[in-house]
Amino acid sequence: MTQKLKQIIVHIGLPRIIIAGFLLVIFITAYITDMSVPQLITDSLVRVGMNGILVLAMVPTISCGVGLNFGLPLGVLSGLVGALISMERGLAGFPGLFAAIGFAVPIAVVVGYLYALLLESVKGQEMMVGTYVGFSAVAVMCIFWLMAPFKNPELIWAIGGKGLRFTLTLGNHFGKVLNNFAVFKLFGVKISGGLLGFFLLFCLLIYLFYKTKLGIAMVAAGANPVFARSAGIDVRHMKAVGVILSTVLAAIGIIVYAQSYGFLQLYMAPLMMAFPAVAAILIGGASLQKATISNVIIGTVLFQTLLTTALPVTSRVIQGDISEVARLIISNGMILYALTRSTGGQ
Amino acid sequence: MTQTHGKTVESRPTVNFDVRHLILTNGVPILFLALSITMAMVAGLNVTFLLNEVVTRLARNSLLVLSLLIPVTAGMGLNFSIVIGAMAGQAAAIAVTYWGIPGVRGFLLACLLSTPIAAIAGWLAGNVLNRAKGREMITSMILGFFANGIYQLIFLFLVGPIIPLKDPAMLLPQGIGVRNTVDLINMAQAFDKIWRPVIGGVRIPVVTLLVSAGMCVLITFLMKTKIGQDLRAVGQDMHIAEVMGIKVDKTRIIAMILSTVIAGWGQLIFLQNIGTLNTYNSHEQVGMFSIAALLVGGASTRRATIWQAIVGVILFHTLFVVSPLAGQRLFGVPQIGEYFRVFVAYGIIAVALALHAWQGRQVRRQAIKEAMLTE
Repeated sequence: MTQKLKQIIVHIGLPRIIIAGFLLVIFITAYITDMSVPQLITDSLVRVGMNGILVLAMVPTISCGVGLNFGLPLGVLSGLVGALISMERGLAGFPGLFAAIGFAVPIAVVVGYLYALLLESVKGQEMMVGTYVGFSAVAVMCIFWLMAPFKNPELIWAIGGKGLRFTLTLGNHFGKVLNNFAVFKLFGVKISGGLLGFFLLFCLLIYLFYKTKLGIAMVAAGANPVFARSAGIDVRHMKAVGVILSTVLAAIGIIVYAQSYGFLQLYMAPLMMAFPAVAAILIGGASLQKATISNVIIGTVLFQTLLTTALPVTSRVIQGDISEVARLIISNGMILYALTRSTGGQ
Repeated sequence: MTQTHGKTVESRPTVNFDVRHLILTNGVPILFLALSITMAMVAGLNVTFLLNEVVTRLARNSLLVLSLLIPVTAGMGLNFSIVIGAMAGQAAAIAVTYWGIPGVRGFLLACLLSTPIAAIAGWLAGNVLNRAKGREMITSMILGFFANGIYQLIFLFLVGPIIPLKDPAMLLPQGIGVRNTVDLINMAQAFDKIWRPVIGGVRIPVVTLLVSAGMCVLITFLMKTKIGQDLRAVGQDMHIAEVMGIKVDKTRIIAMILSTVIAGWGQLIFLQNIGTLNTYNSHEQVGMFSIAALLVGGASTRRATIWQAIVGVILFHTLFVVSPLAGQRLFGVPQIGEYFRVFVAYGIIAVALALHAWQGRQVRRQAIKEAMLTE
């Protein structure tokens, strides 16, 4: 009996059991304190759809052997540039959203390719170099936002007529277009079919990508480079594909995130974007070497539900906002757990 | 004529070699020196003002940067988790302010109090890093973020109900948690004030500078002892050190404890100079700025000397002072300079890490080539 229980725990993974248990306690507390549980679930689902693609961006780099993509801000910045071009042209609604993605993807491909070249030459230290390359890129882009040749008065500072604002409202552009698309109600829970559908669509696309020849070769190159090379796979090329794919997903991810949030955040906002995404996929059960789509979905649901529900529920019991602190401890604790457990590296 | 010509040709190689050698080995600090001078000229700064700023910042930051040296020697790379030491220092500063112990006495008590907290934290950090060999830097960075969460949990939620700190002036309005800023009224400049002569318009906090100098001597001395030799041996090659009978894991933990304790004292010196404590922000940038300063001085992730630390602090902080003003002058936007110095801090770390990884690969490649040749 205990043997079986242990097996189940190992199979599901202790972190997931702890967090799921924690969520259960939160929902029971919410129910007892007369909070609307459907409302909590509604909010959580919005957050899942909002962050999902950013978490999905971790999968290609992990499976191609580069590890966790701490350089996520590079893709995020590409996405922001794409969104800004779409806004500068005054596009709105779905055309605005797809134009933003359309402008962002080519930029992300180029950025991803350059990033892949860099990572290739720093093998073994990809995560650390990625983190600081991402940070530096955010700082460089801060200077770019100040000097960028955007003319739309909605985007730039009212005084001086130069430099983009810190946060841009997306209301007149493509704000909430996915969120407000195909919304239906189920047991009192409002579900945005557009937002969640978009996330699941990308999950499906990536899943299908791993069924193609290129996808299989990429996984092989990541799992065992020596074997892959002897099988005639160009490992370097596969890694570049993985990094580019991740950067593109990050660019699309931030556009989806921004449309759901309703604001486009520039300057230092993208700085720490990689960490919640990294934490989510690790909570979902991924390791530094292996990640699947189910890791993404489970991790995003658990992590984002926890973040969304922790604040309103705990504020009924404890004074003050403990959710920010809980986020710091849980997400970084999870990353530490993964870094200290997995073998490999050097 | 031909003779002199011949002479110059003859003497050129040695001169050339020296200059090239100097630039090659000190490329980074020379580059930053040039950058600082150019920017200072662009900004049109008053020299006395600049000197004052740099001397103050040297006294304020050098101990924090020195705390990075020991883990580098032990082969653990740049210790981003010195923020944990800084947190220990801040906890001590809050306690001493609450007790209202004035002046140098209060400052010294804070140093004494921070030592065991930092030592325990350093021991824990060392144990964590021993489980992440080869990934120490990223792990130490995440460890710093994690510790920040624990620190906020303690000072936002446990102070008041569990930790008996009852001064309403220090607590948030609801009586739980420490305020965002704590006025270190008793400790402010306590150490700097002891003896601060003005030489040529520049105020020099002699005692604070002497403490940093003392730490330099102490570290030099430590490196000559048995522990220092062990640290170096572990830093060069863990496996060989193990074979030589050195307890590798224990030595690495000692390195982390020393680093964290020195960082705690360093943060206290930093705080007494600033005079106020931003309870939830003062420590956050400590690791990054200290590391960037050390790297600007020409250090790498595998080799860092005391001189590199000192030169680095001077150059990095000169740049820090002049870049917003230069940005203002050049573009009419001071933020450009501000973001530029943020970029310098991040960029220098990125370049250093990339270079380190690249060199590591070259060395490994060379070793493989040699091994194949001998076969």
